[in-house]
Amino acid sequence: MELNSRVPTGPLAEKWDNHCFASKLVNPANRRKFKIIVVGTGLAGASASATLAEQGYQVTSICIQDSPRRAHSIAAQGGINAAKNYQNDGDSIHRLFYDTIKGGDFRSREANVYRLAQVSNNIIDQCVAQGVPFAREYGGTLANRSFGGAQVSRTFYARGQTGQQLLLGAYSALSRQIKSGKITMLPRKEMMELVLIDGRARGIISRDIISGKLETLTADAVILATGGYGNAYFLSTNAMASNVTAAWRAHKLGAGFANPCYVQIHPTCIPVHGDYQSKLTLMSESLRNDGRVWVPKTPGDKRRPASIPEAERDYYLENKYPSFGNLVPRDVASRNAKEQCDAGKGVGSTSLAVYLDFAEAIRRDGEANILKKYGNLFQMYEKITDSNPLHEPMMIYPAVHYTMGGLWVDYNLMTTIPGLFAIGECNFSDHGANRLGASALMQGLADGYFIIANSIAGYLGSSDLKSVNTDHPQFLESQKKVHDRILKLLRSSEGGPEGKFTVDEIHKELGLLLWDHCGMARNKEGLEKALAALPAIQEKFWKKVYIPGSGNELNQSLERAGRVADFLEFAEILIHDALAREESCGCHLREESQTEEHEAKRDDANYSYVSVWEHQGEGKQPQLHKEPLTFTEVTPSQRSYK
Amino acid sequence: MKTIDLELEIWRQKDTITAGQFENYTLKSISTDMSFLEMLDVLNEKLTREGKEPVAFDHDCREGICGTCGAVVNGIAHGPEPGTTLCQLHMRHFASGDTLVIEPFRSRAFPVRKDLMVDRSALDRIIQAGGYVSVNTGGTPDGNSTPIPSATAELAMDAAACIGCGACVASCPNGAAMLFTGAKISQLCLLPQGQPERRERALAMVTTMDSEGFGNCTNERECEAVCPKGISISNIARMNREFVKASFLG
Ligand SMILES: Cc1cc2nc3c(=O)[nH]c(=O)nc-3n(C[C@H](O)[C@H](O)[C@H](O)COP(=O)(O)OP(=O)(O)OC[C@H]3O[C@@H](n4cnc5c(N)ncnc54)[C@H](O)[C@@H]3O)c2cc1C
Ligand code: FES
Repeated sequence: MELNSRVPTGPLAEKWDNHCFASKLVNPANRRKFKIIVVGTGLAGASASATLAEQGYQVTSICIQDSPRRAHSIAAQGGINAAKNYQNDGDSIHRLFYDTIKGGDFRSREANVYRLAQVSNNIIDQCVAQGVPFAREYGGTLANRSFGGAQVSRTFYARGQTGQQLLLGAYSALSRQIKSGKITMLPRKEMMELVLIDGRARGIISRDIISGKLETLTADAVILATGGYGNAYFLSTNAMASNVTAAWRAHKLGAGFANPCYVQIHPTCIPVHGDYQSKLTLMSESLRNDGRVWVPKTPGDKRRPASIPEAERDYYLENKYPSFGNLVPRDVASRNAKEQCDAGKGVGSTSLAVYLDFAEAIRRDGEANILKKYGNLFQMYEKITDSNPLHEPMMIYPAVHYTMGGLWVDYNLMTTIPGLFAIGECNFSDHGANRLGASALMQGLADGYFIIANSIAGYLGSSDLKSVNTDHPQFLESQKKVHDRILKLLRSSEGGPEGKFTVDEIHKELGLLLWDHCGMARNKEGLEKALAALPAIQEKFWKKVYIPGSGNELNQSLERAGRVADFLEFAEILIHDALAREESCGCHLREESQTEEHEAKRDDANYSYVSVWEHQGEGKQPQLHKEPLTFTEVTPSQRSYK
Repeated sequence: MKTIDLELEIWRQKDTITAGQFENYTLKSISTDMSFLEMLDVLNEKLTREGKEPVAFDHDCREGICGTCGAVVNGIAHGPEPGTTLCQLHMRHFASGDTLVIEPFRSRAFPVRKDLMVDRSALDRIIQAGGYVSVNTGGTPDGNSTPIPSATAELAMDAAACIGCGACVASCPNGAAMLFTGAKISQLCLLPQGQPERRERALAMVTTMDSEGFGNCTNERECEAVCPKGISISNIARMNREFVKASFLG
């Protein structure tokens, strides 16, 4: 597998301009001859589809939900970053670039991250022009807040619904192109397979969720905008349909998968309350600005929080990290919460939670002021837990939230398969080993609105693509492969449910295995154990899963089964990757790699690279390739929050 | 952990063309901390283990923001808690022994696909008719070049908060989509960016709303009562003003 990052030459600040200039174009009259499939209508996919259609390409967009407006991006709360420096507080493209590289713990590509910071400002202008109702100051200018520990105020927001408003903006642009006939929108379809002809991506096989019919779509290029794989862990903050299927199918056909082990675990989520639990709800990180995190000093102390006197409480973040206190980065906060619970000091009915206490802030600022800042979050918390944070401390626990890893892409966002592009959370490109708050929305829209159209033109303009149609033998073969796989999924259900397991039961088992051994803190022994345990779960799935119904109808159990089958395979490279990276970095701690004070220790001498996994065939060990990372503009430094 | 026992009457329908009927189920020991959809998950796991077909229902975010979920529970779209989507409704609002009648969002414009799943694509087509500002990507002015008073932005945001779930349509005796359409028209006509296409937008969206088979508003206010996002019917009044201005003033 050749990994050519195709980073343009020249000074960092000029690379993108130079690249746009050097890149091949497709003249406007010719664009309508090219067909592009965009899989996914989240921020990345919707913005890409709209932009490509505006430029004149024939676009087909597909998504799982019943409407493109419902993609997982809709749930993002906090905001989107941009280097506008409207607050005059010293922000700049360079600072946003630097913060993102440093936040990613020096495990991302300088050139990509710099370009992201460069186009960030255009995103805000674009969204404002679409009528996105961002928060405003009294004088009418755009408001900003500081987010995720940034020292400048660069986050734009629309109440607590920024993802919703940005997605509805992109959806409106998409809708306009659907109306004009340049986008064919196919909701309630799931991509099941990628089709390669002469080594290039030339189409997909999708399944109609309502009828169960398999359908083929041909194209000159395919763009995956299918989101992250956090649901491999069963419980996460991701929407229920989020999955790895499209990326995994592409991987098995030759697309390199980069850094699968970089999974971000968010410290402030509502704790798990029962084994029926289906997903976890994020509570905004901003709560840590005023809430104090604590657990009882004595393990097993089951008194009500109000009955535990000050002297018997351990404000462990404040004690351990006096200068950052409750505001330490996500990974540090998450890890410490788990550590406390592992030591038996967890609170609540499951003992898998820590307190986030607003009592002192309320005494200091008054209830009214605290409600003004967090009223909607308190309400949401109360709705779910039936407890009012004004009167008793919140309980929080970390949860899987975002995946930095994804399909490997070059500077053009093209995977190792020619003609297959990956944008948004499903690629690995910009966040290194850790993503900063409010940067995923920025990246999704940067890829979709401002980068992909340029890359596609470069690819189409320089490739000699023969026309293909759906009766090409490769399409027939791929369709048969999908058909056979569905039959194989259903085979174990033949004798009825007796002695079998439901899809969710097996998914939960996988999730637990990953959470226990490949979560925020990992070690060799645990990872090897997980790797050894995986085949039995896979076998259980293929031999004993019970899926009611057939493949030729709406069958939600079958849909889930297909996704779980892919998570089960994908888990293998996730664990392999975690095992191979014997350093702590970004969001995860490798227990063997710690400083004397038990903090994460990165190992630049040996691990300053992107891990890229290549599929070697069924039952074979995946092969690891490395894209070395070199830094010319920044000097990697060790993080310290003491 | 507090638990309750429930009797469920759920609408089962194979597909759009086959007639449906209610079926009864009993669920025991449901934790009151569960969400409504988790209760349905538990039912579906049980049905699956018994070799029966699980109940099909739409859902995705389970956080009350994507607008995918929705069903009518005991006659109320999204159930008895005001300002709450079905996925954010928790079982503590029910008592042991309760009977819950659960049926899909019914409306002429929303054909049932299966069980509790309906086709709401008519709402997408209303947006496609004009629920946007016609700007292409690139070449837009600086975000701060047009100041927008904070109060205006907030009012636009109140309307923009619509999640497109369709509860307003399901609860309206006339099957009107006025709250949904009014919210989008309001958002864009309040903002300076929406001005150039203000008239065409109102005409096109209202016309599409009618041609998609949605009914008329007779001021029942049921839509506002069930809206999980508290969208106000003042948006319908604003839409009507926009439509009248556009049709008569040209
Ligand atoms: C609760 C929450 C809050 C967040 N808050 C923030 C925030 O404040 N700021 C920030 O920057 N980031 C935030 N994030 C992260 C951010 O929301 C996501 O990373 C981002 O929205 C991902 O966008 P996307 O376009 O890449 O993919 P998604 O929005 O996940 O979209 C994926 C699309 O692909 C489709 N799809 C997937 N597989 C298939 C298939 N096989 N066939 C057909 N279609 C398929 C889906 O239907 C969907 O349309 C948050 C995330 C969560 C979970
Ligand atoms: S599932 Fe998203 S709003 Fe209920």
